[in-house]
Amino acid sequence: MSIDYLDGNALAGPLGELFAVDLTVAVGTCAGCGNSGPVAGLRVYGPAPGLVGRCAGCEEVMVRLVRTPDAVWLDLRGTLSLRIPMPDDQQGG
Amino acid sequence: MAIVSRGFFGRRGEGDVKLPPGQYLTHDFPVLSAGPTPRIGLDRWEFTIDTELGETHRWSWADLMALPSETPTLDLHCVTKWSKLGTGWQGVSLDVLMEDVETAAEYALAYSYGGYTTNLPLEDLLDGKAWVAYKYDGDDLTPPHGGPARLLVPHLYLWKSAKWVRGIRLMNEDWPGFWETAGYHNYGDPWLEQRYQGD
Ligand SMILES: [Zn+2]
Repeated sequence: MSIDYLDGNALAGPLGELFAVDLTVAVGTCAGCGNSGPVAGLRVYGPAPGLVGRCAGCEEVMVRLVRTPDAVWLDLRGTLSLRIPMPDDQQGG
Repeated sequence: MAIVSRGFFGRRGEGDVKLPPGQYLTHDFPVLSAGPTPRIGLDRWEFTIDTELGETHRWSWADLMALPSETPTLDLHCVTKWSKLGTGWQGVSLDVLMEDVETAAEYALAYSYGGYTTNLPLEDLLDGKAWVAYKYDGDDLTPPHGGPARLLVPHLYLWKSAKWVRGIRLMNEDWPGFWETAGYHNYGDPWLEQRYQGD
Protein backbone atom coordinates (compact mmCIF):
# COMPACT_ATOMS: atom_id res chain seq x y z
CA MET A 1 0.00 0.00 0.00
CA SER A 2 1.35 3.45 -0.87
CA ILE A 3 1.94 6.03 1.80
CA ASP A 4 -0.44 8.89 1.23
CA TYR A 5 0.75 11.35 3.85
CA LEU A 6 3.75 13.57 4.54
CA ASP A 7 5.61 14.00 7.81
CA GLY A 8 5.03 16.91 10.17
CA ASN A 9 7.74 19.02 8.57
CA ALA A 10 5.06 19.82 5.99
CA LEU A 11 3.54 22.01 8.71
CA ALA A 12 6.73 24.11 9.10
CA GLY A 13 5.87 26.66 6.41
CA PRO A 14 2.27 27.39 7.33
CA LEU A 15 2.99 27.38 11.07
CA GLY A 16 6.04 29.57 10.47
CA GLU A 17 3.65 32.14 9.02
CA LEU A 18 2.03 32.30 12.46
CA PHE A 19 4.61 31.63 15.15
CA ALA A 20 8.05 32.98 15.87
CA VAL A 21 9.30 29.60 17.13
CA ASP A 22 9.72 26.42 15.09
CA LEU A 23 6.74 24.36 16.19
CA THR A 24 7.85 21.23 14.34
CA VAL A 25 10.33 20.56 17.18
CA ALA A 26 7.64 21.09 19.82
CA VAL A 27 6.42 17.92 21.55
CA GLY A 28 2.70 17.39 21.11
CA THR A 29 0.56 15.10 23.23
CA CYS A 30 -2.39 13.45 21.51
CA ALA A 31 -5.78 14.07 23.13
CA GLY A 32 -6.97 10.74 21.75
CA CYS A 33 -4.35 8.26 22.96
CA GLY A 34 -1.90 10.26 25.07
CA ASN A 35 1.09 9.56 22.81
CA SER A 36 3.76 12.24 22.82
CA GLY A 37 6.18 13.13 20.06
CA PRO A 38 7.58 15.95 17.97
CA VAL A 39 5.15 17.72 15.67
CA ALA A 40 7.55 16.76 12.84
CA GLY A 41 6.51 13.14 13.49
CA LEU A 42 2.83 13.69 12.69
CA ARG A 43 1.27 12.19 9.58
CA VAL A 44 0.18 15.14 7.51
CA TYR A 45 -2.54 14.90 4.87
CA GLY A 46 -3.30 17.64 2.38
CA PRO A 47 -2.38 20.36 1.63
CA ALA A 48 -5.86 20.87 0.17
CA PRO A 49 -8.57 21.57 1.27
CA GLY A 50 -6.42 21.94 4.42
CA LEU A 51 -3.50 20.38 6.27
CA VAL A 52 -4.53 17.62 8.64
CA GLY A 53 -1.90 16.37 11.09
CA ARG A 54 -2.67 12.99 12.59
CA CYS A 55 -1.13 11.14 15.54
CA ALA A 56 1.30 8.47 14.34
CA GLY A 57 -0.02 6.24 17.13
CA CYS A 58 -3.81 6.32 16.80
CA GLU A 59 -4.35 8.32 13.55
CA GLU A 60 -6.70 10.76 15.31
CA VAL A 61 -6.56 14.38 14.15
CA MET A 62 -4.21 16.45 16.33
CA VAL A 63 -4.01 19.61 14.23
CA ARG A 64 -5.89 21.14 11.33
CA LEU A 65 -4.71 24.19 9.44
CA VAL A 66 -6.70 25.90 6.71
CA ARG A 67 -5.34 28.89 4.81
CA THR A 68 -8.14 31.05 3.46
CA PRO A 69 -7.41 34.16 1.38
CA ASP A 70 -7.45 36.40 4.45
CA ALA A 71 -6.95 34.13 7.46
CA VAL A 72 -5.44 31.00 8.90
CA TRP A 73 -7.71 28.62 10.81
CA LEU A 74 -5.83 26.57 13.34
CA ASP A 75 -7.61 23.81 15.26
CA LEU A 76 -5.65 22.12 18.02
CA ARG A 77 -8.49 20.42 19.86
CA GLY A 78 -6.90 17.04 19.27
CA THR A 79 -3.71 18.21 20.94
CA LEU A 80 -3.71 17.96 24.72
CA SER A 81 -0.53 20.00 25.09
CA LEU A 82 2.42 21.36 23.13
CA ARG A 83 5.80 21.50 24.85
CA ILE A 84 7.78 24.18 23.05
CA PRO A 85 11.55 24.25 23.77
CA MET A 86 12.68 27.73 24.77
CA PRO A 87 16.09 29.16 25.64
CA ASP A 88 16.91 29.22 29.35
CA ASP A 89 15.44 32.30 30.97
CA GLN A 90 18.30 33.68 33.09
CA GLN A 91 16.71 37.08 33.50
CA GLY A 92 14.46 36.18 36.44
CA GLY A 93 15.17 36.66 40.18
CA MET B 1 1.60 26.11 -34.28
CA ALA B 2 -0.95 23.71 -35.68
CA ILE B 3 -4.57 24.62 -35.57
CA VAL B 4 -6.46 21.93 -33.75
CA SER B 5 -10.14 21.66 -34.34
CA ARG B 6 -12.38 21.97 -31.37
CA GLY B 7 -13.77 18.51 -31.89
CA PHE B 8 -10.37 17.12 -30.99
CA PHE B 9 -11.13 17.75 -27.35
CA GLY B 10 -14.30 15.70 -27.30
CA ARG B 11 -17.98 16.09 -27.63
CA ARG B 12 -18.20 19.31 -25.63
CA GLY B 13 -16.06 22.18 -26.88
CA GLU B 14 -14.10 23.56 -23.96
CA GLY B 15 -15.03 27.11 -24.83
CA ASP B 16 -18.75 26.40 -24.58
CA VAL B 17 -18.67 25.04 -21.07
CA LYS B 18 -20.13 27.15 -18.32
CA LEU B 19 -18.27 26.61 -15.07
CA PRO B 20 -19.00 28.09 -11.65
CA PRO B 21 -16.93 31.23 -10.93
CA GLY B 22 -13.25 30.61 -10.21
CA GLN B 23 -13.27 26.98 -11.41
CA TYR B 24 -11.13 25.38 -14.12
CA LEU B 25 -11.87 22.26 -16.11
CA THR B 26 -9.96 19.05 -15.47
CA HIS B 27 -10.16 15.66 -17.11
CA ASP B 28 -8.37 13.89 -14.25
CA PHE B 29 -10.13 12.88 -11.09
CA PRO B 30 -7.86 14.33 -8.38
CA VAL B 31 -7.93 12.63 -4.99
CA LEU B 32 -7.92 14.84 -1.92
CA SER B 33 -7.73 13.23 1.46
CA ALA B 34 -7.83 14.33 5.08
CA GLY B 35 -6.72 10.97 6.40
CA PRO B 36 -5.84 7.38 5.64
CA THR B 37 -8.10 5.65 3.13
CA PRO B 38 -10.47 3.34 5.03
CA ARG B 39 -10.82 -0.20 3.69
CA ILE B 40 -14.26 -1.55 4.54
CA GLY B 41 -15.19 -5.12 3.73
CA LEU B 42 -18.63 -5.41 2.15
CA ASP B 43 -19.57 -8.05 4.73
CA ARG B 44 -19.30 -5.51 7.53
CA TRP B 45 -20.31 -2.39 5.60
CA GLU B 46 -23.54 -0.73 6.66
CA PHE B 47 -25.35 2.51 6.07
CA THR B 48 -27.60 4.04 8.69
CA ILE B 49 -30.00 6.95 8.96
CA ASP B 50 -30.53 8.13 12.53
CA THR B 51 -33.45 10.43 13.18
CA GLU B 52 -33.88 13.23 15.69
CA LEU B 53 -36.33 10.94 17.52
CA GLY B 54 -33.68 8.30 18.08
CA GLU B 55 -34.85 5.87 15.41
CA THR B 56 -32.21 4.06 13.38
CA HIS B 57 -32.71 2.74 9.86
CA ARG B 58 -30.01 0.34 8.72
CA TRP B 59 -28.95 -1.13 5.38
CA SER B 60 -26.39 -3.85 4.76
CA TRP B 61 -24.52 -3.99 1.44
CA ALA B 62 -27.00 -6.59 0.20
CA ASP B 63 -29.88 -4.35 1.27
CA LEU B 64 -28.39 -1.45 -0.68
CA MET B 65 -27.87 -3.57 -3.79
CA ALA B 66 -31.50 -4.69 -3.63
CA LEU B 67 -32.79 -1.10 -3.83
CA PRO B 68 -33.64 0.52 -7.17
CA SER B 69 -30.62 2.43 -8.48
CA GLU B 70 -30.13 5.35 -10.83
CA THR B 71 -27.29 6.19 -13.23
CA PRO B 72 -26.92 9.96 -13.09
CA THR B 73 -24.39 11.92 -15.17
CA LEU B 74 -23.03 14.65 -12.94
CA ASP B 75 -20.79 17.71 -12.99
CA LEU B 76 -18.46 17.86 -9.96
CA HIS B 77 -16.99 21.04 -8.52
CA CYS B 78 -14.22 20.88 -5.93
CA VAL B 79 -13.52 23.83 -3.64
CA THR B 80 -9.84 23.54 -4.66
CA LYS B 81 -11.06 24.94 -8.00
CA TRP B 82 -11.19 21.98 -10.35
CA SER B 83 -14.41 20.93 -12.03
CA LYS B 84 -15.00 17.66 -13.80
CA LEU B 85 -18.00 17.45 -16.09
CA GLY B 86 -20.21 14.63 -17.25
CA THR B 87 -19.12 11.97 -14.77
CA GLY B 88 -21.13 8.73 -14.81
CA TRP B 89 -22.32 7.12 -11.58
CA GLN B 90 -24.60 4.44 -10.26
CA GLY B 91 -26.23 4.69 -6.89
CA VAL B 92 -29.36 4.84 -4.79
CA SER B 93 -31.21 8.11 -4.52
CA LEU B 94 -31.55 9.48 -1.00
CA ASP B 95 -35.27 9.77 -1.79
CA VAL B 96 -35.41 5.96 -1.84
CA LEU B 97 -33.47 5.64 1.43
CA MET B 98 -35.61 8.30 3.11
CA GLU B 99 -38.90 6.79 1.94
CA ASP B 100 -39.82 5.13 5.27
CA VAL B 101 -37.96 7.57 7.51
CA GLU B 102 -40.23 9.70 9.69
CA THR B 103 -38.59 13.02 10.39
CA ALA B 104 -39.27 16.69 10.90
CA ALA B 105 -35.56 17.51 11.10
CA GLU B 106 -34.15 20.34 9.01
CA TYR B 107 -30.48 19.43 9.18
CA ALA B 108 -28.35 16.47 8.24
CA LEU B 109 -24.84 15.44 9.19
CA ALA B 110 -23.24 12.85 6.92
CA TYR B 111 -20.57 10.77 8.61
CA SER B 112 -18.00 8.41 7.19
CA TYR B 113 -15.80 5.45 7.93
CA GLY B 114 -12.58 7.09 9.08
CA GLY B 115 -14.37 9.82 11.03
CA TYR B 116 -15.09 12.48 8.39
CA THR B 117 -18.28 14.53 8.76
CA THR B 118 -20.07 17.17 6.69
CA ASN B 119 -23.32 19.03 7.31
CA LEU B 120 -26.06 20.20 4.99
CA PRO B 121 -29.75 21.05 5.12
CA LEU B 122 -31.86 17.90 4.78
CA GLU B 123 -33.70 19.39 1.81
CA ASP B 124 -30.42 19.37 -0.14
CA LEU B 125 -30.41 15.58 0.07
CA LEU B 126 -33.96 15.18 -1.27
CA ASP B 127 -35.90 15.55 -4.54
CA GLY B 128 -33.33 13.88 -6.77
CA LYS B 129 -30.39 15.97 -5.57
CA ALA B 130 -28.31 13.29 -3.77
CA TRP B 131 -27.23 9.66 -4.06
CA VAL B 132 -25.32 6.98 -2.22
CA ALA B 133 -23.13 5.95 -5.16
CA TYR B 134 -21.23 2.69 -5.54
CA LYS B 135 -20.18 2.65 -9.19
CA TYR B 136 -18.15 5.21 -11.11
CA ASP B 137 -17.69 5.02 -14.87
CA GLY B 138 -19.22 1.54 -14.85
CA ASP B 139 -16.81 0.07 -12.29
CA ASP B 140 -17.02 -0.53 -8.57
CA LEU B 141 -16.07 2.66 -6.75
CA THR B 142 -12.45 2.34 -5.58
CA PRO B 143 -11.43 3.25 -2.01
CA PRO B 144 -9.43 6.36 -3.01
CA HIS B 145 -12.60 7.79 -4.59
CA GLY B 146 -14.75 6.89 -1.61
CA GLY B 147 -15.63 3.24 -2.22
CA PRO B 148 -17.34 1.04 -1.48
CA ALA B 149 -19.92 3.84 -1.39
CA ARG B 150 -19.89 7.61 -1.19
CA LEU B 151 -22.42 10.36 -0.89
CA LEU B 152 -22.95 12.49 -3.99
CA VAL B 153 -24.45 15.95 -3.67
CA PRO B 154 -23.23 17.51 -6.91
CA HIS B 155 -24.94 20.89 -6.57
CA LEU B 156 -22.63 21.69 -3.63
CA TYR B 157 -18.82 21.71 -3.51
CA LEU B 158 -17.45 18.19 -3.50
CA TRP B 159 -16.40 18.17 0.17
CA LYS B 160 -20.14 17.78 0.93
CA SER B 161 -20.13 14.50 -1.04
CA ALA B 162 -18.69 12.46 1.83
CA LYS B 163 -16.44 9.61 0.72
CA TRP B 164 -16.76 6.25 2.55
CA VAL B 165 -20.19 7.35 3.78
CA ARG B 166 -21.46 5.37 6.74
CA GLY B 167 -24.61 7.20 7.65
CA ILE B 168 -26.65 10.35 7.98
CA ARG B 169 -27.82 11.85 11.23
CA LEU B 170 -30.97 13.95 11.06
CA MET B 171 -31.08 16.79 13.54
CA ASN B 172 -33.15 19.79 14.60
CA GLU B 173 -30.00 21.89 14.85
CA ASP B 174 -27.21 22.45 12.37
CA TRP B 175 -23.96 20.78 13.39
CA PRO B 176 -20.97 21.96 11.33
CA GLY B 177 -18.76 19.16 10.02
CA PHE B 178 -15.04 18.57 9.51
CA TRP B 179 -14.18 21.36 7.05
CA GLU B 180 -17.10 23.56 8.07
CA THR B 181 -15.51 23.97 11.53
CA ALA B 182 -12.15 24.89 10.01
CA GLY B 183 -12.90 27.92 7.88
CA TYR B 184 -14.90 26.48 4.99
CA HIS B 185 -18.36 27.73 4.13
CA ASN B 186 -21.28 26.16 5.95
CA TYR B 187 -23.32 25.61 2.76
CA GLY B 188 -20.85 25.58 -0.15
CA ASP B 189 -22.78 26.56 -3.29
CA PRO B 190 -20.21 26.61 -6.13
CA TRP B 191 -22.33 28.93 -8.28
CA LEU B 192 -22.26 31.52 -5.47
CA GLU B 193 -18.58 30.72 -4.86
CA GLN B 194 -19.22 29.96 -1.19
CA ARG B 195 -15.76 28.57 -0.45
CA TYR B 196 -14.91 30.05 2.93
CA GLN B 197 -16.83 31.36 5.90
CA GLY B 198 -17.94 34.87 5.09
CA ASP B 199 -18.12 34.28 1.31
ZN1 LIG C 1 -3.04 9.41 19.36
